[in-house]
Amino acid sequence: MKRNWLLSTLTASMLALTASSSLAAPVKFEFWYGLSGDLSERIQDMCKAFNASQQDYEIVCVSQETYENNLQNTIAAFRAKKQPAVTQISDGGTLDLMLSGAYLPVRELMEKNGYQIDWNNYFSGIASYYSSPKGELLSMPFNSSTAMIYYNTDALKAVGFEGLPKTWSEVEKVARDMKAKGYDCPVAFDPTGVWQWFEQFSAIHNQPIATKGNGYEGLDAEVTFNKTKFVDQLTWIKKMYDEGLFVNKSKAVGETANDAFVNGKCQITSSSIADHGTFGKQAIKDMHWEVAMLPMLDGFPRTNSLVGGASLWTLRGKSEEEYKGVAAFFNFLAQPDQAEWWSTVTGYIPVTNTGFQAMKAKGFYDNAPYKGRELAIESLTATPPTEYTRGVRLGNFNAIRKEIGDAMQAVLFNDKPVQQALDDAAARSNEILRRFEKTYKGASLN
Amino acid sequence: MERRAHYRNRVLPWLLIAPQLILVLVFFYWPTSQALYWAFTLEQAWGGGNEWVGFDNFMGVFGDGRYWSTVGRSAVYAAAATGISMGIALVLALFVDRGLKGTKIFQSVFIWPYALAAPVVGVAFRFIFSPQAGMIGSLNRIWPGIWDPATNGLHALIMVIISHAWLSIGYNFVFFLAALQMIPRSIAEAGAMDGARPARRMLDLQLPLIAPTTFFLLIMNIISTFTDSFGLIDTMTEGGPIGSTEVMVYKIYYDGFKSLDYSGAAAQSIVLMLIVITLTFVQFKWVERRIHYT
Repeated sequence: MKRNWLLSTLTASMLALTASSSLAAPVKFEFWYGLSGDLSERIQDMCKAFNASQQDYEIVCVSQETYENNLQNTIAAFRAKKQPAVTQISDGGTLDLMLSGAYLPVRELMEKNGYQIDWNNYFSGIASYYSSPKGELLSMPFNSSTAMIYYNTDALKAVGFEGLPKTWSEVEKVARDMKAKGYDCPVAFDPTGVWQWFEQFSAIHNQPIATKGNGYEGLDAEVTFNKTKFVDQLTWIKKMYDEGLFVNKSKAVGETANDAFVNGKCQITSSSIADHGTFGKQAIKDMHWEVAMLPMLDGFPRTNSLVGGASLWTLRGKSEEEYKGVAAFFNFLAQPDQAEWWSTVTGYIPVTNTGFQAMKAKGFYDNAPYKGRELAIESLTATPPTEYTRGVRLGNFNAIRKEIGDAMQAVLFNDKPVQQALDDAAARSNEILRRFEKTYKGASLN
Repeated sequence: MERRAHYRNRVLPWLLIAPQLILVLVFFYWPTSQALYWAFTLEQAWGGGNEWVGFDNFMGVFGDGRYWSTVGRSAVYAAAATGISMGIALVLALFVDRGLKGTKIFQSVFIWPYALAAPVVGVAFRFIFSPQAGMIGSLNRIWPGIWDPATNGLHALIMVIISHAWLSIGYNFVFFLAALQMIPRSIAEAGAMDGARPARRMLDLQLPLIAPTTFFLLIMNIISTFTDSFGLIDTMTEGGPIGSTEVMVYKIYYDGFKSLDYSGAAAQSIVLMLIVITLTFVQFKWVERRIHYT
């Protein structure tokens, strides 16, 4: 009996083999990405859908867990000439890759392979982040987000606040009232959250992060964050922290700001719009919450916020056949139904105007659980991008982020004077930039 | 009579050492030479090109105040972790050697921690030492704010050092116990007959006789604090808060892989390698001389 069963499976698999080899084998190419958990599973779904949609190409999607791991592994693979055809690189690693010449510009790739894509359809804030200074889009916009603020509306109701706070002074007021009402942790503050607390703050108040248009006009840019409104903002954060209105929540204390929020321990948190879906799933029972655009300082008009998340880069050194597959994959991603699916299941925003309008027209944003996500688009498109809100183009930007994160922690935990902490961080950041400039001597942003 | 063995065949000896030679070449000399080259150039992260800059990277490293604080921190870490770990291991080994009740069980129990990988221990200890949820953190309920490695750099450093010491106690214990058991019983018995009590016998007989082992462990422990601390720090503090647990090896990792400054990290690697080589050399050259082997 057993033997028969073995034999039959053998013949069946032989048949399957001959059947598949009689067709032309699909061209395989790899795609590495830096997401894990639920988001990784959605990417795997997407890859399966692409493979099922046609027979010529087969994409193999590999999770590297985090953006940082993916960047490190892609670099190592590229140096060993074993790179994937497509890789997902986050905002902080963009400039290093741009100057490396290790990629094929997405526009060139698509044109060469005969796909017509209306690049003007992409939101200008997104396109400008991933474009050369001349405006040529270099990588494929993929998972885009921006920073938001999340409020526990039960707590707001408890202190009698109507609507949602729109300015930091209103946040201060509700935080103080919450404290008086017995809430231990009005605002969860992650001092390593440089992206939302510093970069996005600077953008929506149109404050420069660096000279030369945040580095877009040359590698000789210098950081200026120690001379902007951010100095006052950090002073204010320190005051709030000392009063116990901002509470330190991060991986280091054993509970992240987002966890503290969904568990109802902290009433306000600032995080990416991409967490909107996760919050919906994780928030404790009967907790009511809403998302809003980041608050403003009194008397400042709002400028657009920066796009976060990552984009897809096509790496050099692969065959023409594989590039055809990559182009087909990008074209698949750009299809309206695919874009809508991705935005629905993740919380990342749709990256094109028409994609957004179509979802809006369908009433996608009218009801829970998706209501509120449209505010991310409103924040990103509040104004056309300015010199200081189109993006940040600084070398080794991850290292500069760490300097600012350390400065924030030194102010909060060690009572270092704000101005001194930011001056020191700026001096060190400029050393990083000069070193980067020297490493890429002769390289030009254009 | 010549006591060395001679091979007639000239190829055979090379073949015999080839596996080891290849391993060392591929996994030590080749990467080291690469690092040495990078240390004298400015290397682009994606490998687009590099430029010879002479000693610039080293000047940059030595001119950086923050680098010197990681050197100082590494020294404190090495001294504290080695001292605590060897001290406790020695006491445990002395007791086990005295053949108290349950010796056989303790022999195995004390060795187990060494079988654990550093990152695993890091995750466990991060929980134990967590200021809000952990066991040590329950002190905060009695005296609020007394223990907070998330914001207090000194607490974080103590936490990592204790974890490192705990992790290597097993290794030190095995060696100490083996050394103690090698001492002929007759020596201790002779001492006892002359009226030396256990404490006296320990100070005047056992400790001097196990000095070679102590010396060996000293080297191994110090080198391990310079090179193995990475797994613990990466899982427990990631060098924070504000760089207060950033030791030399962690800074190399951070600058190289997170900040993509390959050349600066390569220069630091060379410096660290020289320090480890020097330490080992000094210890063999000077410390070993003063030790009397039996």
